[in-house]
Amino acid sequence: MQPFLDFLVGFLNQLVNGISLGSIYAIIALGYTMVYGIAKMLNFAHGDVIMVGAYISYCAFQYWGLSPLASVLTAMVFCTVLGVIIERLAYRPLRQATSLAVLITAIGMSYLLQNIALLIFKSDFKNYPKEIINVPSLTASLYGRELKVSGVSIVTIVTTIVIMVLLTLFINRTKLGKAMRCVSEDRGAAELMGISVNKTISVTFAIGSALAAIAAVLLCSAQWNFDPYTGSMPGIKAFTAAVFGGIGSIPGAMLGGVLLGVIEILGGAYISTQLSDAIVFLVLIIILLVKPSGLLGKQIREKV
Amino acid sequence: MNAKKKKLIYNAVTFGLVTVAFVVCRLLDSMNLMSRSFGGQLIPICCWIVMAVSLNLVVGISGELSLGHAGFMGIGAFTGIIFSGWMQHAFNVQDTTVRLIVAIIAGAVFSGIAGTLIGIPVLRLKGDYLAIVTLAFSEIIRSLINCLYVSVDGKRLAFGFLDSKLPGRLLLNGPNGAVSVDIIATFSAGFILIMITLFIVLNLTNSRSGRAIQAIRDSRIAAESVGINVTKYRMMAFVTSAMLAGAAGALFGLNFNSLAPSKFQFTQSINVLVFVVLGGIGNILGSVISATALTILPEMLRDFGQYRMLIYAIVLILVMLVTNNPLLRSFFDRLIAPVKSLFHEKKPSEPDFKGGDTQ
Repeated sequence: MQPFLDFLVGFLNQLVNGISLGSIYAIIALGYTMVYGIAKMLNFAHGDVIMVGAYISYCAFQYWGLSPLASVLTAMVFCTVLGVIIERLAYRPLRQATSLAVLITAIGMSYLLQNIALLIFKSDFKNYPKEIINVPSLTASLYGRELKVSGVSIVTIVTTIVIMVLLTLFINRTKLGKAMRCVSEDRGAAELMGISVNKTISVTFAIGSALAAIAAVLLCSAQWNFDPYTGSMPGIKAFTAAVFGGIGSIPGAMLGGVLLGVIEILGGAYISTQLSDAIVFLVLIIILLVKPSGLLGKQIREKV
Repeated sequence: MNAKKKKLIYNAVTFGLVTVAFVVCRLLDSMNLMSRSFGGQLIPICCWIVMAVSLNLVVGISGELSLGHAGFMGIGAFTGIIFSGWMQHAFNVQDTTVRLIVAIIAGAVFSGIAGTLIGIPVLRLKGDYLAIVTLAFSEIIRSLINCLYVSVDGKRLAFGFLDSKLPGRLLLNGPNGAVSVDIIATFSAGFILIMITLFIVLNLTNSRSGRAIQAIRDSRIAAESVGINVTKYRMMAFVTSAMLAGAAGALFGLNFNSLAPSKFQFTQSINVLVFVVLGGIGNILGSVISATALTILPEMLRDFGQYRMLIYAIVLILVMLVTNNPLLRSFFDRLIAPVKSLFHEKKPSEPDFKGGDTQ
């Protein structure tokens, strides 16, 4: 009985860690999936918007002397503006171009953001201030064993739930949300109905980038340090999560993100930390082979 | 007939340009006119050209977006290193040419096997899903190589997975990758590999199979309905491309003293994709030129120090905007128009010039 209880409590601890990491992936994946659903493009620069959010919140707190909440809000505003500017300058001129051309432009944008950050902040790791998310951790006793949930995890999970509820309400209840659903379904028809496609896409980028800033704060608080390449790997994993859940589907991104985080942490804990990335990608491949459009993705019938 | 002639000229120009570039580099080298940093780039350039041409076979000719090309390169590189080291230490083969050839063939074969295994599930998917799964596979390959330890023990190879305690001389050391590799790659081998790659890819695209592959790209359903075996031809393009990438990887791996698996991250696949897209999707000669130019460009920008990758990124974005935005494109077309008309005017005067020459 004793070893089993040890295992159970250990498992629960890892599960909480997994859900916490997965929540961050879910927030990032929302940005990918919304942009993909509405603008039909893979925004490779999304991961680097996260990195920008991390630096802005860091500077706001450390150098400009803002309060934690104010620095997070500053990062959100900055990222929102950045996302809209990127869309306006780099992606809007390519609206009629092939998807590969847009993909390469997004990659170029990703390099650009990384290198600007490298020039300004240099390549060394910076310690992310722990004071930004300053919540005491929660400890519970279970069969005499300690079940611990860190403050960052609590904030992450709560924030993610709030974001999910608000976003679902926004998409389903507001006029702008309806416009977004329309553009995602049929851009041409939406335009004929008087919806401004450009405005809708701008709003999508704005929301996605603001979420990226939140994700940046949560991610860096959880891993404590960051550098100009911080956004790249979580970005790719979140993109994987979006595909996992069915790209273009908002509940899918949430589900995919959380599952991916749980698989990564559990795989790392019980199989091998070195292989945790491989396990994540392997699960993705298996899911896609069984269900080629992702967990909650719509199966589009091919018309001849 | 005309189209056939055009293709012939295109192929001749492709082979010719590569040969001329090779001869020029050789001459410059023999006259000591080549800077050290550029001389060191020659073999990597050959590898990147082969990578770009082989990826173009998948992206351009077969029309699938693959983001995992670096994975195949990684397989080729480490297979090549293992075979070269095995032959050197276990069988005492000192002839570097033999070792290089065997290493490249082994790299191609192993990468081809991986390509077949990956291709079976991957090619069931389409579009962006295929892209993400190829990316996932290349990351899996990198993670596995990261955990792999190989050593030569007497005549046989010893393998360890997540287990570094191996007898004998270590060839592959987990996350540190290959260490103290005997550098046997040569520029001539790179040139020959490019020629073989061009020969395979150009012949494939102009053959019956190539036309089938292109038909599938243009309309899968139409191709299927006229009796083309879709899976077979898509596999053919995918596996050929994987094998060529493996060969390029073997050459690449044997050009450095040490090589870590992190060298083959997905960013590397994306770099090769950038070569292909900037060179023109489906355009083989374009891939050769852009792979060369974009490998040299960051080297040439070395004087700008830390600004070089920034400049590279801006150039990349601007080129994509200029070539793909209808408004900007027509603006630039008008700018180039006088230059173009100059060339068109020259054409009728050509016979005149020739006539004058024979007199």
